[in-house]
Amino acid sequence: MNSNDLPTRPGRPKPWNDPRVRSVAFQILAALAVGWVGYSLFQNTIANMESRGISTGFDFLDSTAGFGIIMSLIEYDESMTYGRTFLVGLVNTLLVSGLGILLATVVGFIVGIARLSTNWLVARVALAYIEIFRNIPLLLQIFFWYFAVLGALPGPRQAVNVGDLAFMSNRGIMLPAPVFGPGSGWMGIALIAALVGVFFLARWARRRQAATGQIFPVLPIALVVIPGLPLIAYLATGMPVTWDIPEMGGFNFRGGIQAIPELGALLLALTLYTASFIAEIVRSGITSVSGGQTEAAAALGLPARRILRLVVIPQALRVIIPPLTSQYLNLTKNSSLAVAIGYPDLVNVFMGTTLNQTGRAVEIVAMTMAVYLFISLAISLLMNIYNRAVALKER
Amino acid sequence: MAAHQPAPDQPAPVSERGVIGWLRENLFSSWFNGLITLVTLYFIASLLIPLIDWALIKAVFSGEGPESCTPGGACWVFVQERLGFFIYGTYPDPLLWRPNLVFLLFAIAVVPQFLPISGGLRKWLAIYGVTLFPVAAYFLLAGGSFGLESVPTTRWGGLLLTLVLAYVGIIAALPIGVVLALGRRSEMPIIRGICVIFIEFWRAVPLITILFMASVMLPLFLPPGVTFDKLMRALVGITLFQAAYMAEVVRGGLQAIPKGQYEAAEALGLGYWRRMRLIILPQALKIVIPGIANTVISLFKDTTLVLIIGLFDLLGAVKSTLSDPAWDNVMAEGYLFVAFCFWVFCFGMSRYSHRLEKQLETGHRN
Repeated sequence: MNSNDLPTRPGRPKPWNDPRVRSVAFQILAALAVGWVGYSLFQNTIANMESRGISTGFDFLDSTAGFGIIMSLIEYDESMTYGRTFLVGLVNTLLVSGLGILLATVVGFIVGIARLSTNWLVARVALAYIEIFRNIPLLLQIFFWYFAVLGALPGPRQAVNVGDLAFMSNRGIMLPAPVFGPGSGWMGIALIAALVGVFFLARWARRRQAATGQIFPVLPIALVVIPGLPLIAYLATGMPVTWDIPEMGGFNFRGGIQAIPELGALLLALTLYTASFIAEIVRSGITSVSGGQTEAAAALGLPARRILRLVVIPQALRVIIPPLTSQYLNLTKNSSLAVAIGYPDLVNVFMGTTLNQTGRAVEIVAMTMAVYLFISLAISLLMNIYNRAVALKER
Repeated sequence: MAAHQPAPDQPAPVSERGVIGWLRENLFSSWFNGLITLVTLYFIASLLIPLIDWALIKAVFSGEGPESCTPGGACWVFVQERLGFFIYGTYPDPLLWRPNLVFLLFAIAVVPQFLPISGGLRKWLAIYGVTLFPVAAYFLLAGGSFGLESVPTTRWGGLLLTLVLAYVGIIAALPIGVVLALGRRSEMPIIRGICVIFIEFWRAVPLITILFMASVMLPLFLPPGVTFDKLMRALVGITLFQAAYMAEVVRGGLQAIPKGQYEAAEALGLGYWRRMRLIILPQALKIVIPGIANTVISLFKDTTLVLIIGLFDLLGAVKSTLSDPAWDNVMAEGYLFVAFCFWVFCFGMSRYSHRLEKQLETGHRN
């Protein structure tokens, strides 16, 4: 037998043809390139800042801001520090994002379900809403609500009057504010007690159903108990809650909750814009549940409402939740458009006024971006955990 | 024996066919549905009738100056008189043939994509649209060579600027996004890490902060003496921002391709780039057409944000004329006009993506 007939192992390829060598070399080159770009940016920044005499550091956060902010949920006045303006902006951003997410979810779900309605007219109206609002830039919608609608409202003296309780004028929307007198703490306690009670009742009902198959009507009881207990507490403690109704005094309203028009316009635009995306997400989620699932549930003898609650919605949510979260993130990021109409959010207050006054561009931009980065990454993390929990468990 | 002759079929009852049948089935199938229909009709009527009355019936479409407008009706004269500014910004009047020529060249590339003509010609026109056209458009708009008078970008504005931002953004963001997506799926940890950090950073921060950074901080990052004009900075910001979103869309497509396709491509002995170019990307991009279209549309809408850093795109141009004291209240007209322009473009793009999706549908289901 000739040794030439033996299968020989292929020799190692030349280094420049070896995939492993090439991959390592390529990565080293990429790392060097990124490192070099980063280094030169850093060097340029340092050199530029020195030549312009810009000082660095976060010490400016402790110096007095000296400018007013038109709306603040936490205590703030001009004598407070720049660090405080950061907090005021952050709280305002969180306020408008939180309210926006809540409202957009409600509107989005209603429109998404209306889009699937068997009623032709309702489905068409929902479709028209979606196609109009998601194809117009958000910034334009904000301008429209702020300048053309809320700005066109009459002045405070001729304010639109809603039953002598709420008023709408070009200075904003005035709502009655609840005033919690002494003893109203009992109402909070009653509410917590009702929630805890319903929670344990639901757990007990679930166990009983698993054991005996009998269904206990938790929902009607919850609907009675949760508002009922605080109401009893309210009556028992002698009605401690009164309403502070806004009143016309001088040139503007006094008392009540005063929502500035900037907040109203921003909220309205963010809600209507994001809701049009949420509606499409909800629709695609519901249609993604195959018809066989509904039919199988009906064959088991479940009534329509239980089919929806036990079979369709849990499966639809698996499709709905991930894009829904990214819409929530979008809404939070889009709330930074507040700067265009002067709502004092984080970007407007901190990256706008504070930056202009202190000139600490690098620090302030980095802090602002870090906030959004943190919110995004935190929500993505929660999202991934949730996704893993509800992902289809295939055996 | 005579065979039994069945009587001819009776037509369906009147209430089950024609207009009445349709109404019954779709609008009044139950008392509750009927109620909803009536309530919805009432709302539509109370919203649309005053709107149509204001925008069309009582409106004034042509005339001279603010005096020709009537109260209670829309004053479209405003839009008509300022149309030149809304389309070209402050582009010098005698040179307007240059943007007009660019619009024409643009139409040559884009309009045939919607017409039922041969695919080969459409393909060549599309290739012209992403190669020759941008170069020609740049030299025409900016001038400064071939004996054309130079026009600084600060004088570009209105719809022209919006389209420049959107077009450059779109044709730059897609390839960058594809490369980033490939990088994120790469087996090389360092490349993957760089791409992940890049994508996640851009996706996590609002576009406004990026534009702010581009206008406030970019001069700090660059070596002294190197300057970018404002338009260029905005373009870089918008492009990289949307490229990160595009990368995530494309990654979704790459993940949806079954492993067998990757392995089969490798078994054919193709190198990495040929595997991607010939086998993986054509399939992956086809799957994610709706996602790409959404990203393109959101890029188009995001171009309005440049007005915050002081560029006058379509929205900025209209907004800046609204404060003109000569016209007392034309805000609604101005904003509705801009809304209509954007709506037409965005809606057109979404329809086009639907059509493209159907055209490329090969019936393969993975």
